[in-house]
Amino acid sequence: MATVIDVQNVSKQFKIHHERHQSLKERLLHPRSGTTEVFHALSNINFSVAQGETLGVVGHNGSGKSTLLKCICGVLQPSSGEIRLRGSLAALLELGAGFQPELSGRDNVYLYGAMLGFSKRMVDGIFDDVVSFSEIEQFIDTQVKFYSSGMYVRLAFAVAVNVDPDILVVDEVLAVGDERFQAKCVDRIRRFKDEGRTILLVTHNADQVRALCDRALVLDNGDMIADGPTQDSLRVFREHLLANAVEHDEAHLLGTISVDSVTTPSGSFEVKSGAGIHLDVVVSAQAAYSGNFVVELFTRSGVLVSRSDAQGSPINLVPGRNVVGVDLAQLPLLDGVYDLNVGVVDARGHNVVAWSEQAASLQVTYDGREGGLVELGATIRQQ
Amino acid sequence: MSDGSTAGPQFRSLDDTPVRVVSARASLKVRLANLWSRRELLLGLISSDIRIKYKNSALGLFWSMLSPAVTLAIYYLVFSVFLKNGIPNFVIYLFSGLVVWNMFQTSINTATGVIVDRAALVKKVSFPREILALSNVGASVVYFVIQLSVLVIFVACLGHAPAWRFLIILPVSFFSLFFFTSALAMVMSAVNVYLRDVKHLMEVFLQLWFWLTPVVYSYENSIAVHLHRRGLGLIYFLNPVTLIVMTFQRVFYVQTVVRSTVNGTMLNILPTWTFTRFLELNLVLLGVTVVLFFVAESIFGRLEGNFESEL
Repeated sequence: MATVIDVQNVSKQFKIHHERHQSLKERLLHPRSGTTEVFHALSNINFSVAQGETLGVVGHNGSGKSTLLKCICGVLQPSSGEIRLRGSLAALLELGAGFQPELSGRDNVYLYGAMLGFSKRMVDGIFDDVVSFSEIEQFIDTQVKFYSSGMYVRLAFAVAVNVDPDILVVDEVLAVGDERFQAKCVDRIRRFKDEGRTILLVTHNADQVRALCDRALVLDNGDMIADGPTQDSLRVFREHLLANAVEHDEAHLLGTISVDSVTTPSGSFEVKSGAGIHLDVVVSAQAAYSGNFVVELFTRSGVLVSRSDAQGSPINLVPGRNVVGVDLAQLPLLDGVYDLNVGVVDARGHNVVAWSEQAASLQVTYDGREGGLVELGATIRQQ
Repeated sequence: MSDGSTAGPQFRSLDDTPVRVVSARASLKVRLANLWSRRELLLGLISSDIRIKYKNSALGLFWSMLSPAVTLAIYYLVFSVFLKNGIPNFVIYLFSGLVVWNMFQTSINTATGVIVDRAALVKKVSFPREILALSNVGASVVYFVIQLSVLVIFVACLGHAPAWRFLIILPVSFFSLFFFTSALAMVMSAVNVYLRDVKHLMEVFLQLWFWLTPVVYSYENSIAVHLHRRGLGLIYFLNPVTLIVMTFQRVFYVQTVVRSTVNGTMLNILPTWTFTRFLELNLVLLGVTVVLFFVAESIFGRLEGNFESEL
């Protein structure tokens, strides 16, 4: 399979001016005033993406993920290194940035298409699809300045996904439009994936990455700290967030609490569907702490089955070894392996204090006739 | 949305598609190739520029002629009626120079601020940024063509035949104008990102530049003697617009020496160069402006790297 994105040794530095003189007079009067600091937004990033891969890029705010994306799209030039791209690319960076408010929707579709690098003939071919996807048929000849913000974004999204790009770059834009339109967008991205196109999804929403991506990169302060299967990368991401939080932790709690092990009384993690299971989670603490306990259950394909309410499960940890019992009274799940994440969060549920990703895996066996994820116990009869 | 869902996955292998490279220093050749490959965007931006400018105005493109017409009328009144300069058919002389100057001035004035004005776009969408400046030059070319057509009709109505033999120099001269204007527009639009005064500076400087160009006066008839006496004649011609304006005047105004309408003396209006000399000079200028265009493209490439953090 062809390599469509090849990022080689890419670094990007920004100069941060502490006092900025942008007029000639100020520059002449203060030739050397204002200090400049070099900020390393990306340092030596290397990775490549094969055709048909869906790659997630995660990182917290300021980790450099948007900078990386802008470099790939060519909006920014890397300070050193190079990026090799194959095939056409459409970026959903900021939807509608290329629109001219004075022009009609129709003219803007062509202009935006041209900005993305597609010819007028190609846009002619997809014009009807764009209009029907954006659902603004009756306003297509209205000047864009009269559009509502939703219409604006829908039209831009419709152009970007319909121009038939080989690579689609998505940056936190899946939060556009109403819920129905969002579902349509996610659906469209899934179809892209099925068609064997390459997708680069940048977000700090781990659930979205889990749901869409096969592989994920984790960026932190401009460094790439993980590149691998989504599950593995997300574990690094979570653990790193935690490690990072230690530095900003005012109460000096972090790192003093850890999840040591998850065991069952029988030692087996196999459970029959409909039965319950008891888990003993060993948490060690260096000092007493009151917080909440969180349990998450995921399928292997990354679908969140359940997450316990962080505020509904208070625990009081004592210094030393604590055992937290988790009773899953009844698992109405069908055949499969389910991964369990456990952790401790603070009383308000805002900050993670300790976390263990994939702390255990439950093997559920089911011998009924239902398919899917959950046993509903449906009985069907004619009345 | 009915296309792909029934047709199934449409897979195309990208093994054979060319590789595009994003890096800190793209070579001039790569930059020019990128620019050429995005010519449709350039045309799209030119047409949207023009449409936006005259959107919702009843007279539309007519306005692009009104302002030059007023300028023309004012200079005509001043120099042929009030302060008689004695040049017969002065309006043709004036018109042929103004057409060139308007194209140059409008381009530079609009292009200098364009990257700052379109910051939102520059920060979000990837395309060769110089296209923004070039689209302003392109829009001015459209107005230039309109004004030139009016000039042709005007000259025809007056029954004034152009210098047919010199006509083929006109395209050469036009391309020199195009390349020089584009080069300056690109550099200025990029420099303005770093120093916002440049836009205002350029507006002032262009007024001065206008009087350094023989549009409303005749070089031969006024300062030529003084400059030549001091051996400074060449300096005047360092302004590339001068030769272009003179070529247009030579083609449309035709006469190089005329009899004054005021006192009957002979006036040297235009250089008495032969056809070959005009052609040679214009070809040299074309070569120089093409080189300037390449230089400007490289300078733009250097300056473009930090746009994001300066905008």
